[in-house]
Amino acid sequence: MTFVAKPKVHHPKLPVNELGLTRRDYEGSVSTLCAGCGHDSVSAAIVQACAELSLPPHRFAKVSGIGCSSKTPSYFLNKSHGFNSVHGRMPSVMTGSNLANRDLIGVGVSGDGDSASIGFGQFAHIVRRRINMLYLVDNNGTYGLTKGQFSATNDKGSTSKKGIPNLYEPIDLVSSALQIGASFVARSFSGDKKQLVPLIKAALSHKGMAFIDVISPCVAFNNHSGSTKSYEFVRDHIHNVMDADLIMAHDEVTADYAEGSREDVTMPDGSTLQLYKVDADYDPHDRVGALNYVQRMQEKGEVVTGLLYVDPDAVECHDIMDTVSQPLNELTEADLCPGSDTLDALNQRYR
Amino acid sequence: MEPTNIFDPNYFHKVVDCQWACPAHTPVPEYIRLIAQERYTEAYMLNWDSNVFPGVLGRTCDRPCEPACRRVRTEETPVAICRLKRVAADNKGDVSAFMPQVPAKKNGKKIALIGAGPASLAVARDLLPLGYEVHLFEQDEKGGGFMRSQIPAFRLPEEVLDEEVDRILDMGVHCHFGQEITSMKAMMDMNFDAYFVGTGAPRGRDLELKGREEVDKHIHIGIDWLSSVAFGHITEMKGKVIVMGGGNTAMDCCRTSLRLGAESVSVVVRSAFEVMKASEWEKEDAMREGIPIINNRPPKEFVHKDGKLQGVLFECVTPVKGEDGRLRYEPSGEPDVFIEADHVLMAIGQDNHCPWIERDLGIEFDKWDCPTLNELTLQTTNPKVFFGGDSAFGPENIIWASAHAHRAAISIHLFCHGQDLVADRPPEGVNLISTKMGVHEWAYDAQYDDASRHLVPLVEEKSALTNIRVEVELGFDQALAEKEAQRCLNCDVQTVFTENLCIECDACVDICPMDCISFVANEDETQLRQQLTAPADNTEQDIYVSDVLPTTRVMVKDEDVCLHCGLCAERCPTNAWDMQRSIVHVPQLGSYAE
Repeated sequence: MTFVAKPKVHHPKLPVNELGLTRRDYEGSVSTLCAGCGHDSVSAAIVQACAELSLPPHRFAKVSGIGCSSKTPSYFLNKSHGFNSVHGRMPSVMTGSNLANRDLIGVGVSGDGDSASIGFGQFAHIVRRRINMLYLVDNNGTYGLTKGQFSATNDKGSTSKKGIPNLYEPIDLVSSALQIGASFVARSFSGDKKQLVPLIKAALSHKGMAFIDVISPCVAFNNHSGSTKSYEFVRDHIHNVMDADLIMAHDEVTADYAEGSREDVTMPDGSTLQLYKVDADYDPHDRVGALNYVQRMQEKGEVVTGLLYVDPDAVECHDIMDTVSQPLNELTEADLCPGSDTLDALNQRYR
Repeated sequence: MEPTNIFDPNYFHKVVDCQWACPAHTPVPEYIRLIAQERYTEAYMLNWDSNVFPGVLGRTCDRPCEPACRRVRTEETPVAICRLKRVAADNKGDVSAFMPQVPAKKNGKKIALIGAGPASLAVARDLLPLGYEVHLFEQDEKGGGFMRSQIPAFRLPEEVLDEEVDRILDMGVHCHFGQEITSMKAMMDMNFDAYFVGTGAPRGRDLELKGREEVDKHIHIGIDWLSSVAFGHITEMKGKVIVMGGGNTAMDCCRTSLRLGAESVSVVVRSAFEVMKASEWEKEDAMREGIPIINNRPPKEFVHKDGKLQGVLFECVTPVKGEDGRLRYEPSGEPDVFIEADHVLMAIGQDNHCPWIERDLGIEFDKWDCPTLNELTLQTTNPKVFFGGDSAFGPENIIWASAHAHRAAISIHLFCHGQDLVADRPPEGVNLISTKMGVHEWAYDAQYDDASRHLVPLVEEKSALTNIRVEVELGFDQALAEKEAQRCLNCDVQTVFTENLCIECDACVDICPMDCISFVANEDETQLRQQLTAPADNTEQDIYVSDVLPTTRVMVKDEDVCLHCGLCAERCPTNAWDMQRSIVHVPQLGSYAE
């Protein structure tokens, strides 16, 4: 926890985005998490991604549950809408928010306890319903807020800080998301913003359920030699298959990749999602293939990262339900009470 | 890039921009902290040790520290360092107990100091505690040199000057005042062990111009005129006055004229306003008192009638920026301008002038009449003779005189003991001390204060302009000083990085308000500077590069706009970052060298 607040002053040459805002305008209040917490890096990555995309902060709905992860929406996008809900119930609130106002950009932040334990059912159903949002899990494999018990994503055999091994199989949220119907699935590491920031940008531009599992080490309880979610272990076992970058219409392409390894995907907002195959055999459009690959690598103790699956043409919840195209708060009395003639016409259909 | 060697005394010294820019390397942030803690006496002594004349400098310093202040780069206005120095001098208690002890038993070496200005006085101060017998020769009746003769009392009250001059004289200087020094040879015949010449740059420049001869009695050399005012020979100035020149002497001349009753005063400068030599604040002071500064007007002719000066005719020119970035002046095509005047004060520069030094004593001079000196040791081609202050390299200022004096005193000491003046000089050094006091506690006030520079209160204008002895600036009171002191960024509390503790969690990168810290692949310096979170475009400021980290990257910190707020160290889970106070040891007799 930091007692000295981050001053407002910034680098004299800090870039200004299309809205006239700097990256600093997307920050939140000062973090009260432990010094060195991976979650703070994830928040910083969200700040950077939103600033680079020039998204208006007041058009965001950030929703979270309970836990260290779920505190983080306070630490980014100060000027947006937020709801810190009940433990494991972020998906319910987000579903409601999205149904009521489909124009808001939904960012749900959850943790491994919040999504894989108490909220596992909620997680499954929001993915299944394909709510148009970014569902981001700060995954540290431990219950940091209650002093370091194993969480449901902790790998079997991984030990606690005192050396006691975990006896249970882990829940892999990436595999679950792939299986249940997310149309954008990625995994990243809080210590690698070069990969994480473009993934968040891509996910925010994706129409439909975008799920990112971010391995985010807990420096207080799960960053020791027996942990499989420590900075050191993750760095040693990371296996990146697919880099992604979101290219805005005016951006210059600077990345230099081997011929044939790049694929451009046009996103609904007109931007281009560029995929760079790091692993030549990997196909990010094959859901079942992705599932197999992730699980096989997991067996070997490798942490697969990158953009694992994307279906840019997938339908989202509003398409499935064929809902009205505007947010509900924009509907006028005439829209909601179309008059007795319309009612008569409707009743005629049931005669 | 190779990893930065932070134990090179200059590395962190350069980060303390103010101290680095100060010729005497006064530890500015340290004394500002002492002022913030109301420890004025200690703040004064820290200054006195380094620059010898804190009370004088707190009013008159040329302030090379202020344009260098990091706040110029992080916001715009520097910390009012000079004014804070004055606060220490104004509020100090009795300092006599802290003064160095001068031994009753002397070391047998006799030193002659010629000219009782700041350079000689500071040499005396450095040598006396080591047992030297110091003789000071001066043509005026009182010590102080140009601090007394050229700086008007409304900027530097006499009592302030007397206090600091007398403090040194009272340490046991043998004063030989009131005798003009006419021969260096006669001096050398007195057989001193070493000689220090600190006679300043005493010759004000004149201007050969049409009509100059005819109106001689209406034309005054600025520094001589100021000196006559200082010693009470001139007490009034009637009629219209033109001051020619754009330096600080010109500003002193015009403001003094106003106080001596001039009907109107204008400053006319050959060059453009931006390139005038006068300090920004001295120009402001003159303009605030209603004195017009007229630029781009080279003088053409003194117009006179019946032996009486009528005024001066000026040409009109326009500055044009040449390809080398320097200004050239072309005729503007406007007709010449005539400005009425009864008196003209010439403040167009001053030169070294040592006619009293015979040229057969083995002391070589160059074509500008400056002695040939070793820049480090300040020794002339005659090994017994040393120079310092304005007489060494031409007109500078008091703080340079102090800096020269420390160097010359070391040289004299080494010379008198038969040691080598270069090889045996005491080294520079740096100490680093952690300021960590607890989990979130630091031994300095880390929090950034976004206040703007505080203005110094001034005396009410009417009394300022009618009495030359009324000091214009009232100085900060303690409350204002405390506020201004908070603006100091504590640049001497350094961000020190320990590679083998770092887990590369990015916490420091995320929290740094100024985007100073990056973890990137190592490259050569030019490339590296462009690959940082924020490009390090200011190449005058170093970048701090770590050794290679486990991910094969290096930590790079751009020192340019770091606020020294300590947030990187606050956020670091492993103490890989620490805030450590750097104490730079600048060689100085009595302070560190011995």
